[in-house]
Amino acid sequence: MTDINSMLLLVVILLNFFILGSARLVACIRAVALQGALLALLPVTIHGFSIHSLGLAGGAFLFKGVLIPWLLLRAIREVRIRREVEPLISLVATLFLGAMTTVAAFLFADQLPLIHASQAGVLVPASLATMLAGFLLLMTRRKAITQVVGYLMLENGIFIFGVLLSTAMPLVVEAAILLDLLVAVFVMGIVLNHVNREFSSINIERLSALKE
Amino acid sequence: MLISLVLIPVCLAALSLVLPWHQLRSWLLPTAGIIQLGLVVLVVLAKPQAGEWIGLDALSTLVLLVTSILYLGCAFYAVDYLALRQDRGNRIIVPCLLVFLAAMSLAIISRHLGLMWVAVETTTIVSAPLIYYNRNRLSIEATWKYLLLCSVGIALAMLGIMFVAYSAVGGQTEVSLQLDWLLDTAPQLSKPWLHAGFIFLLVGYGTKMGLAPLHSWKPDAYAESPALVGALLAGGLTTVSFLAILRGVQVMSAAGDLIMAQQALMGLGLFSMLIAAIFMVRQPDIKRMLAYSSVEHMGILALGVGIGGLATFGALLHLANNALTKGCLFLTAGNIQRSYASKNLREVRGALSCLPLSAGIFLTGFLAITGAPPFGPFLSEFTILRGIFAGGHPWIAAAFLILLATIFIGMGATVLSATQGESPRVSAQFRDRLLLVAPPLLLLALVLCLGIYMPDPLKELLEAGVALLEVTS
Repeated sequence: MTDINSMLLLVVILLNFFILGSARLVACIRAVALQGALLALLPVTIHGFSIHSLGLAGGAFLFKGVLIPWLLLRAIREVRIRREVEPLISLVATLFLGAMTTVAAFLFADQLPLIHASQAGVLVPASLATMLAGFLLLMTRRKAITQVVGYLMLENGIFIFGVLLSTAMPLVVEAAILLDLLVAVFVMGIVLNHVNREFSSINIERLSALKE
Repeated sequence: MLISLVLIPVCLAALSLVLPWHQLRSWLLPTAGIIQLGLVVLVVLAKPQAGEWIGLDALSTLVLLVTSILYLGCAFYAVDYLALRQDRGNRIIVPCLLVFLAAMSLAIISRHLGLMWVAVETTTIVSAPLIYYNRNRLSIEATWKYLLLCSVGIALAMLGIMFVAYSAVGGQTEVSLQLDWLLDTAPQLSKPWLHAGFIFLLVGYGTKMGLAPLHSWKPDAYAESPALVGALLAGGLTTVSFLAILRGVQVMSAAGDLIMAQQALMGLGLFSMLIAAIFMVRQPDIKRMLAYSSVEHMGILALGVGIGGLATFGALLHLANNALTKGCLFLTAGNIQRSYASKNLREVRGALSCLPLSAGIFLTGFLAITGAPPFGPFLSEFTILRGIFAGGHPWIAAAFLILLATIFIGMGATVLSATQGESPRVSAQFRDRLLLVAPPLLLLALVLCLGIYMPDPLKELLEAGVALLEVTS
């Protein structure tokens, strides 16, 4: 079982790098969808088959892997952007920073007082690395929609950590959390559409009228 | 019984989606507000047994009472406000306001950290269309900042909740995030994870509450949204987020780590007051000024709980005073803004001669919020000050006083130049209307009452709240 988990998490971390280094928006969104879908398998591979883990896996797959990416792809179709990601710093620099944060995440996780170390040993660093990559994306990209992708990566990282906790979150609450995430992305999509209409662009640099 | 506080607004929201008449739809808001306040009073008197998922304790009773009163005031104000904005319509704003009420109530009464998180996140999502009501460039910018920053903040709070849950994993029994269970098992929780969890909770909900340096969305969102939304966010939502932080403090306190939680709150509180003081001096925009005032008062709340003892009592009283006074100030500032079609001091001058009632209430509200006697905030700020001295922190007390004085002067300069002097032109478009003036006036009267006389049940409630926060084990 650990082999499967390690493989899954390895792919998840590789996808972090792919998203950080990719210049195409659609590719980014597809990658974050794949990441979400892979993560949805974790509850089952770690805790085995039970109503709770199957429900969580199914819900996460449906929301993170299918519905949210579909909403995002629809949003960019509506605002008619296909092209670059427009980073504030170059893609190579972002990748380098991503590598640094991933190494830091693994080193840091070694210091943490983990319970059930064999299981947590791979999950926690992967979770930290994904969250940090999400933050990196939030900070270094100009297009509003890439920030949404960063937010989704942050949520994916938190989801990995949540898998450790098995039954602490009742299924109802998990479902509500996923639903909230979906509606949040839906509202963000609508707002993006209006930003585009007002400014004929979704570069957040234009969103700078409000300041002291 | 308790769950009807959530279900009734949701049902009314569904009803508002199908009603075809503008005016009737607007009147759903005060209907919901009256039902809500009536139910809250009934529930508080009945003292139901706290269940596994939802329940009332002293802290949530206090917050529930305050937010219901504020919501009722804003709901009546909304009727006349929406009548003036027929062109913009109310098909979206009314259901959003009703769901906002439901989510806020759910967050207050929930006894499960996960459920509470879901409710708080729902308030973030439904308030985005409220902030965007005016549909111009500035409001969309404010909405985007609000949505993204608060979503990321709330995501961090989720991480904090998971850390808290993980701190219990080593134990024998099945892990739960139910508040009472956490409080019972708190002494056995793994310390490092609990501490990390509290810090993330504080940062996450602190973003929502607008503690500096996590407040950067606040001036934009409050200034660009309609006045009644600003009032609800500044008085209601911040209070709910503060309650969420207090839940974390409760767990920390039960685990015997109250000191660490208090130090973190104290630091953030003082820093928030400092930032507010810096940005409030020479602030030309009256609604941004109110937003920074909100940052300041969130700082006072955090500082009060951070000091502990008598100051915690003062902070809980201040929670009520701040919410009601902020409601009054935002609603009247909205009236002034509408009359001048501006909220900047370049245009807004001599409001007293043009809008005697609104500007008069605004001016009095300013005196109340900055702590002038005999209003409520004076009493609560004075209690916090006494608590700081009693706790043996003279330097913090000095800093507290200097910051309050700076803020009084800075805010006073802006408010006086907005209300006094010659009005540049008399606006014919807007005069004081009954429902636009009566709610802020009544809120102000309530704040005055709280300053003059504290009823015994309220005092007992506040003391019970302090006892919940400071368990000595």
